[in-house]
Amino acid sequence: MAVSQIAPTPTGGAKTRINDFSIQVATVNGSGSQTANTVLLRAIFQMGVFVSGKNLFPSNIAGLPTWFTIRASAKGYVARKASNEMLILMNAETAKEDVAKADVGALVIYDEPLQLDKLREDLVFVPVPFQKLVTASCPEPKLHKLVKNMIYVGVAARLLSVDMAEVKKAIAKQLKGKAKAIEINQAAADAGYDWAMEHLQDQDHIKVVRDNKTQGLIIVDGNEACALGAIFAGVTVVGWYPITPASSLVETFIEYAEEYRKDPETGKSTVAIVQMEDELASAGVVLAAGWAGARSMTSTAGPGVSLMSEFIGLGYYVEAPGVFFNVARTGPSTGLPTRTQQSDVELCAKCSHGDTQHINLYPGTMEECFQFSYDAFDLAELFQTPIFVVTDLDLGMQNWSSKPFAYPTKPYNRGKVLNQQQLAEAKDWGRYKDVDGDGICYRSLPGTPGGKGAYFTRGSGHNAYAQYSEKPEDYLEVVDRLRRKYENAKTHVPVPVFRNLGSAKGVLAFGSSDPAVIEAQDILAEGGLKTDYLRLRALPFTAEVDAFVKEKQVVYVVEQNRDGQMANIFRETYPEYATKFKSVLHYDGHAIAAKSIVDQITAFEQK
Amino acid sequence: MTTATPSAPTNKLGFTKQDYVGSKSTLCAGCGHDAITAQIINAAFESNIEGYRVTKYSGIGCSSKTPAYFINQGWGFNSVHGRMPSLATGASLANRNLINIGVSGDGDSMSIGMGQFVHAVRRNVPMIYIIEDNGVYGLTKGQFSATADQGAHLKTGAVNNLPPVDPCTLAIELGCGFVARCFSGNPKQLGAILKAAFAYEGTVVLDIISPCVTFNNHDASTRSYKHVKDHDFPLHDLGFIQYSEVEDVDIAAGATEHVTFPDGSKVAIKAIHDSYDPTDRFGAMKAIHESMAKGEFLTGLLYINPTQPTLTDVLNLVDEPLATLPESRVKPSAAVLEEIMQGLM
Ligand SMILES: Cc1ncc(C[n+]2csc(CCOP(=O)(O)OP(=O)(O)O)c2C)c(N)n1
Ligand code: SF4
Ligand SMILES: [Mg+2]
Repeated sequence: MAVSQIAPTPTGGAKTRINDFSIQVATVNGSGSQTANTVLLRAIFQMGVFVSGKNLFPSNIAGLPTWFTIRASAKGYVARKASNEMLILMNAETAKEDVAKADVGALVIYDEPLQLDKLREDLVFVPVPFQKLVTASCPEPKLHKLVKNMIYVGVAARLLSVDMAEVKKAIAKQLKGKAKAIEINQAAADAGYDWAMEHLQDQDHIKVVRDNKTQGLIIVDGNEACALGAIFAGVTVVGWYPITPASSLVETFIEYAEEYRKDPETGKSTVAIVQMEDELASAGVVLAAGWAGARSMTSTAGPGVSLMSEFIGLGYYVEAPGVFFNVARTGPSTGLPTRTQQSDVELCAKCSHGDTQHINLYPGTMEECFQFSYDAFDLAELFQTPIFVVTDLDLGMQNWSSKPFAYPTKPYNRGKVLNQQQLAEAKDWGRYKDVDGDGICYRSLPGTPGGKGAYFTRGSGHNAYAQYSEKPEDYLEVVDRLRRKYENAKTHVPVPVFRNLGSAKGVLAFGSSDPAVIEAQDILAEGGLKTDYLRLRALPFTAEVDAFVKEKQVVYVVEQNRDGQMANIFRETYPEYATKFKSVLHYDGHAIAAKSIVDQITAFEQK
Repeated sequence: MTTATPSAPTNKLGFTKQDYVGSKSTLCAGCGHDAITAQIINAAFESNIEGYRVTKYSGIGCSSKTPAYFINQGWGFNSVHGRMPSLATGASLANRNLINIGVSGDGDSMSIGMGQFVHAVRRNVPMIYIIEDNGVYGLTKGQFSATADQGAHLKTGAVNNLPPVDPCTLAIELGCGFVARCFSGNPKQLGAILKAAFAYEGTVVLDIISPCVTFNNHDASTRSYKHVKDHDFPLHDLGFIQYSEVEDVDIAAGATEHVTFPDGSKVAIKAIHDSYDPTDRFGAMKAIHESMAKGEFLTGLLYINPTQPTLTDVLNLVDEPLATLPESRVKPSAAVLEEIMQGLM
């Protein structure tokens, strides 16, 4: 076989991109490529380099194309990058199209029989005889298909100067405890690396150089972070129904609960987890458990929230606590179930018929996924209402590096619950009486002995004593108090985070858009346009948000949906400033990249 | 206890029957649902139920209003149409000490709420699940429900051409361990069955034929008082013996059968017509189908299996109510978080 010569890159003379590049790997889903990709990502991470991974996968179990991008960034940018410097093409079906779309100068590692090297002249092709290498390195033909992917990890490691010791460590970590699998995969990675040492020249296009940026950091996805927050928040009842991209939140919760939520003496469980028949039933379980005093939750995505909406309105009106995680995906309808979007903003803000308003938490980092999930249960019990924690597929299912989570030392706030003695002493107690003037009433829990505190909860009209009523004044008393209660939440929800470069021009975003906005801000500033950035973390809007809106000349509202849903809520909340809000939108199903923000804001500025 | 007149009899807890009532009913005079409410009050009183442990769930309908009319000492949760079972599921998990009563209608349970009915029964959620079955949607003014008999007439003359769903055979099929059919016009039978139901740990399904006097009591109706009375076919005389009060049997000694519950309580069963074995699941299915084909209502304890693990048992939960476990029992330590973080590095 001829020795492949790595030609100088066509953009020759450009300086080497050290720890600053993207790699895209195209494979077939179900082929085991996820393990290989995670190993490559981890190995770079272990070299001390900031790295993020995004899996673009189909709604299918096996056989359809899937892409994984790994971005290394010395500056710590972790958003999706619109261009890739290295492609690894393992999928015959998409290879030609992938080559056609490749950025000029990209290194293209591909499976030799695909014969891609004649397709373009402005790319650097690296054919690799994967089948031959896997046959030689792996004694079990059954495993060839799975192990083949580990070979490209070895080849990429050689080309990028990633230390093979780190690759091996990452394999051991990823396949924790499975000695045989570790051995086979390490041998395959070695086979790729050795072949590349022998047959490929050095390249100076992109490189990994050891750094110290990731010392002490963890790699985690948002669903796991949320699950952990819930574990530490002491959740006791979970009702759920599987749906991408929310399933792994409860599934990870179940794994941790198996280990950490068993009574040490009896081995019995301190949390009840039931996979319900649908999302309606999940919502019912959550609200009734909350009503009965448990900390309860579910996790779902847009279609599930749509189904739950009748119940969410009941929870709001009868004031039953519960935490609803919405890991959003691309809608409408079934939409693109495995792609990301922030298109449930208005749905979660006002879920259900009639006048309803909900507290929504919008974590934007892994630490916030953990902390807000922990806090959500306090808020639910404090405000006696359903709380939405809204993330999305990008936060929930992708790999993010993060500082380790700090132990939440703050004790639980179980809200205004009267016990037997307090009920006995209470004069003229009424379930919906606003005794403290904060819109939050005192509740009792079913099963409290003593003969006091029983009441009838109903989704129909009721008065302050929880009695059935159709009287206008009773109705108004309750719904106007609910409005006051919601207003009161403004001083309890997380305040926004600012990144101000000193400007009268504002950028406002939330959730998973954060890394792209930060990068865009820097790019814009380099081009002479400074901006002040407010990252919103909750509804209702706090005083800091009011001030920002008031003070800025213009507010670019960045969000990942078609209709500018958050901007709509801003226009509705601040009608006097309605013309300040300009929508910067990204909604094709891929995670937002800095480029689309920069381009749109630049276009607005040039008008 | 406060409202008792000096002479009113009390139960073993010192409560009078008045302590088990609720607010005044707003249903039509003569509605079958009110007769059921009266029997629930009676049975709770006689079974010495601690009112504060009672929770009451319902969906939407005339029937679903009734939890407000009994056991005011307990907590009620009137929810959305057809979704009462998931509420009972959630609350029973939150607090395993609660005594859960769900009241629903044939519309609430056999149409919009069919899925929740099926799955609550399948999970054996600890609850008494009552369907007040009148063959129509009372609250929305008399449309057919899914239990309406084929060929049944509405007052307007409309005819139901579709076959009915039978909650009892369905419940048996789903593995329910306590299935009974009663008639709101037969208080003695209903009372005995309700008392047995209070002693049962898992899901109890009671399909109670309960005529709607306003929309489904006309001559051509198959759910009118007259029609049901004429076609009621009681299987047996029943007596319920709470474990603590063996002397209180209201059935003649020498009753043919006893079914014993894990706590020692017993149901005494005396056959009226041919012998019927309510512990024979397949025999029960056969007998119900045969009687339905004849247009009869076979009433009584249709199927019983006193030992069947409930959802709470299956989940292997701690003995105390989950809802009130202290923070120290549910929040893992800082060392645990540290260990998890190390694993993610
Ligand atoms: C989602 C929804 N759809 C429709 C209704 C209207 N609705 C109220 S009660 C009812 C039927 C009740 O019938 P059933 O359960 O048999 O009770 P009954 O009044 O006969 O006792 C309907 C359709 C509703 N409340 N909610
Ligand atoms: S309409 Fe029928 S079911 Fe409703 S209260 Fe009147 S009699 Fe009862
Ligand atoms: Mg009905």
